[in-house]
Amino acid sequence: MTIINSLIDRLSALWASIPEFLHAPIIKTAEIIGVMLVVVISVALLTYAERKVIGWMQARHGPNQIRIFGLPILKGVAQPFADVIKLLLKEVLLPSKADKLLFLAAPMIAIVTALTTWAVVPFSPDFVLADVDAGLLYLLAMTSLGVYGVIIAGWASNSKYAMLGAMRSAAQIVAYEIAMGFALVGVLMAAGSLNLTDIVRAQSGGLLHWNLLWLFPLMIIYFISGVAETNRAPFDVVEGESEIVAGFHVEYSGATFATVFALPEYANMILIAMLTSVFFLGGWLSPFQGLVPADWLLAQSSFLWLFVKTLWFLFVYLWIRATFPRYRYDQIMRLGWKVFIPLTIVWILVECGMVALRVGPWAQFG
Amino acid sequence: MLTTLLFYVFATILVGSAVGVVLSRNPVRAALFLVLAFFESSVLWLLLDAEFLGLVLVLVYVGAVMVLFLFVIMMLDINVAQLREGFTKHAPLGALVAGLMIAEIVYVVWFRHLGMSLSVTAPPLPANYSNTHLLGQVLYTDYMLPFELAAIVLLIAIVAAIALTMRHRVGFKKQDVSAQVARRREEAVRIVKVDAEKTS
Repeated sequence: MTIINSLIDRLSALWASIPEFLHAPIIKTAEIIGVMLVVVISVALLTYAERKVIGWMQARHGPNQIRIFGLPILKGVAQPFADVIKLLLKEVLLPSKADKLLFLAAPMIAIVTALTTWAVVPFSPDFVLADVDAGLLYLLAMTSLGVYGVIIAGWASNSKYAMLGAMRSAAQIVAYEIAMGFALVGVLMAAGSLNLTDIVRAQSGGLLHWNLLWLFPLMIIYFISGVAETNRAPFDVVEGESEIVAGFHVEYSGATFATVFALPEYANMILIAMLTSVFFLGGWLSPFQGLVPADWLLAQSSFLWLFVKTLWFLFVYLWIRATFPRYRYDQIMRLGWKVFIPLTIVWILVECGMVALRVGPWAQFG
Repeated sequence: MLTTLLFYVFATILVGSAVGVVLSRNPVRAALFLVLAFFESSVLWLLLDAEFLGLVLVLVYVGAVMVLFLFVIMMLDINVAQLREGFTKHAPLGALVAGLMIAEIVYVVWFRHLGMSLSVTAPPLPANYSNTHLLGQVLYTDYMLPFELAAIVLLIAIVAAIALTMRHRVGFKKQDVSAQVARRREEAVRIVKVDAEKTS
């Protein structure tokens, strides 16, 4: 015990010796690194969950061999880590006619844009990395940058398959971004703020006060557009193995493959699942608020609620992938432009009517 | 102090990428330099506490307009040598336009400065200052009519662009989704009863 005590004493002495004005930046940096690590580990576990869930849905087992340090428990859990180690040890191939600089820049752009978006996500009532005023705009701006990783990867590879994949991705992301933005306009009208913490707080008061009830069509559109934005099945024509081999990442190998394709895609999946919970399911708010006594644990708002909601949407992601066949490309475009965008506009008008007539959550302004 | 330092860092990258747009030999790289230039200017806006303008610049220009730009440029097989042929011929005209623009900027900044004094720094913004909120308030009260008119002009432009490019070719096969959805099993499937072959 004396060793631990002396260690703590030394550390606190070290902390005190650092000038006062550096304390805040150091704590912030540590928080940022912590969030990044958690996201990366969640991505690894999500790939495992995906293979397991889809396996069970297809009546097989999924990965069930590799164990943590060979311990006889949790067979298969270490599979994603083994995959990562394998990818990192593999050679990074450069196509001889590729634009070398852009070919190597694309994975970095993809990973940076996928990780910077986490800055404004409200994780719990008192933890958010940057509680900025225009958080929602920041999110939209950063997610729209993610397409550059794909486009540059596709073009710089100097391969027709990669190029076709990049073209498909660009058209698809531009189309679904509009529907996503319109769906969020509805959320803005309900919350009256662009700040994500305020959007969550505006939904407080239990299950019936969530945006889920009044903006249900917008939630469905937002989530499906999110699936399309992350290029996941059934909207994964960007990779479309049956037509264009592997799409935009066909020339990537080893560590660049892991960063251009796997990490951003799964990190964005978790982000979309979390944001859908924040915008429509009250984020970290408890569903039992106001239904049970306020001092019960069930009524407390905490990160756990956001965690459960996010897990649910991630499961839906995997469920969709195991269930639906891939869309044809023109059908994807039709769904985005001709179905979702008109639907969101109609529902925004309906919401305008609700605001004007002071129905539902707007009754308090009456 | 830190803000000034950041300003110079980002301004240098901005000017560098703007030069890159003009000088790069590859059209795709030029477009990517333009993306970088847009991004850096949005960062400069963020440094001025104009977060709404900065983020909307990224969202609209970087996220949508430049993606479509790149989309078109990547599809074209541009011969750069051919593009450079007319350089000496058009150089005087380009220099004239550039000179005019510089003269205008100098005139506005140095000689008129719009009633403002150049040496005075802007007053500090109030603590609860929200760029988004203030912009919204001004746009939807004082400038309601011009704002709505701009929206209508944009709408007309969209409709006109679609109307101009929409062509109905004869014999062009097209999917009629409502007809597909309305199709019933009875129209598509015919059930035939076939007697089992008799074993002799």
